[in-house]
Amino acid sequence: MKTLVWVEHEGGALKDATLSAVTAASKLGEVHLIVAGAGVGGVAAEAAKIAGVGKVHVADDAAFDHALAENVAPLIVDLMGHHDAFVAPATSNGKNIAPRVAALLDVMQLSDILSVESADTFTRPTYAGNAIATVKTSDAKLVITVRGTAFEKAAKDGGSGTIEAVSSTGDKGLSSFVGAEIAKLERPELTSAKIIVSGGRALKDGPTFESTIFPLADKLGAAVGASRAAVDAGYVPNDYQVGQTGKIVAPEVYVAVGISGAIQHLAGMKDSKTIIAINKDEDAPIFQVADIGLVGDLFTVLPELAGKL
Amino acid sequence: MKLLVPVKRVIDYNVKPRVKADGSGVDLSNVKMSMNPFDEIAVEEALRLKEKGVASEIVAVSVGPAKAQETLRTALAMGADRAILIESDAEIEPLAVAKLLAKVAGEEASGMVILGKQAIDDDSNQTGQMLAALLGWAQGTFASKVEVSGDAVAVTREVDGGLETVSLKLPAIVTTDLRLNEPRYASLPNIMKAKSKPLAQKKPEDYGVDLTPRLTTLKVEEPPKRSAGIKVADVDELVAKLKALGVAA
Repeated sequence: MKTLVWVEHEGGALKDATLSAVTAASKLGEVHLIVAGAGVGGVAAEAAKIAGVGKVHVADDAAFDHALAENVAPLIVDLMGHHDAFVAPATSNGKNIAPRVAALLDVMQLSDILSVESADTFTRPTYAGNAIATVKTSDAKLVITVRGTAFEKAAKDGGSGTIEAVSSTGDKGLSSFVGAEIAKLERPELTSAKIIVSGGRALKDGPTFESTIFPLADKLGAAVGASRAAVDAGYVPNDYQVGQTGKIVAPEVYVAVGISGAIQHLAGMKDSKTIIAINKDEDAPIFQVADIGLVGDLFTVLPELAGKL
Repeated sequence: MKLLVPVKRVIDYNVKPRVKADGSGVDLSNVKMSMNPFDEIAVEEALRLKEKGVASEIVAVSVGPAKAQETLRTALAMGADRAILIESDAEIEPLAVAKLLAKVAGEEASGMVILGKQAIDDDSNQTGQMLAALLGWAQGTFASKVEVSGDAVAVTREVDGGLETVSLKLPAIVTTDLRLNEPRYASLPNIMKAKSKPLAQKKPEDYGVDLTPRLTTLKVEEPPKRSAGIKVADVDELVAKLKALGVAA
């Protein structure tokens, strides 16, 4: 089977989410990549070095800048003429583009897969991860999005893919990019961080969240996350949210501070290797999934902890 | 502009889903069912567009069992003008739902379709994007802000790194994210009024769409359970644990 993997990139650099999708695709067969964007020569060169990669298709055109689904989907549909599966990481771009491709190809997408059981059978989470379905497709071509935390990352080097330019399918004139407010990160990115410190509604307000959570995160070299309650209350921006509708993470260590452990939050972090919970309510559901729990007032525990590390 | 708002009847978001012992699916007997929360947000956004004078009529549509009428009545009680039920007891996949909705959007001459970004049962996150593809329309997914001006709509989207705004030519598809708005509760008088609002009953056959499923669910299982670990007494003990894990020097 020949697969076509969507390369996620930003600011001229390849993003790690691509690497898990490559691993998933490699379980199906040959791995080809599609790099779409404006001025993406550097990304293509980087992508060609990913271990196990064959052809790297490059569509360099302003129409593909910002990955507008209306322009990118027809490009992928063209390439699917000689590929059997389109595989995208379940990033906001992947989730936006893949179903559009699937409908144009008249196939049912397999969303957010957790494993490849065989060439036509996959597992995927439903009901916020409370039920794992094993699903078999009868479609001739596959369209798949991949949950990044469920697959190892392919090695970033060792590959020697061949780069091939593909002609642009052009701007469909349906949509245009206006602007973005992308948070500047001083810390590791949530989805690839080894350690995450997350705060909940108990943090009271934005400044308290920062002054309480950030020092501990910095001591541990950790990324900072938040529960939906903390995001909805405006303590931190939406891109901090861990959970069913936010980011799905699975770091080595996840420290949940003042987070009660709602189902929708657990859905986003319960695959973490070690979960540490700090909460003053000893009956909080978070303690049912935590490997290490500390019952205490976070406003005394956190400064003490940061001080002793 | 006429708005079309597809809504889905799903397990209530407060209910913890239980996997059936025979692995055939999730047990939905005697479980509270409600409108998919993201679809409630879609109905609310449509109402706000009507209140601003941007939209003239709101049509709610649902593909599902006879009981999905209750979900449509909820949309009508919130303020939608009329409803269409495409009744089927079969489980209909997002691609087939999108094909049905494309026909309805055509018949209704909808100027915009607003729907939830995903249903909280199958968590597919596909229908809106598929509908946009089938209609050849622009799509503004995961919306946290929607502003119509003239023949375009600016949609601010929740993306991985933060927020992004795109401008879409109308007609267009918008899928809602959590922070777009807070849906209103239907008042008692409006619930009573909703009972007399028109609700058209259709069958999938009326639209000539092939609904044959492409996917077969072989089994459904509970995820591996995490068991509760240990409690530490104080910060010193926690520091020792962190050192043992190799995350603190």
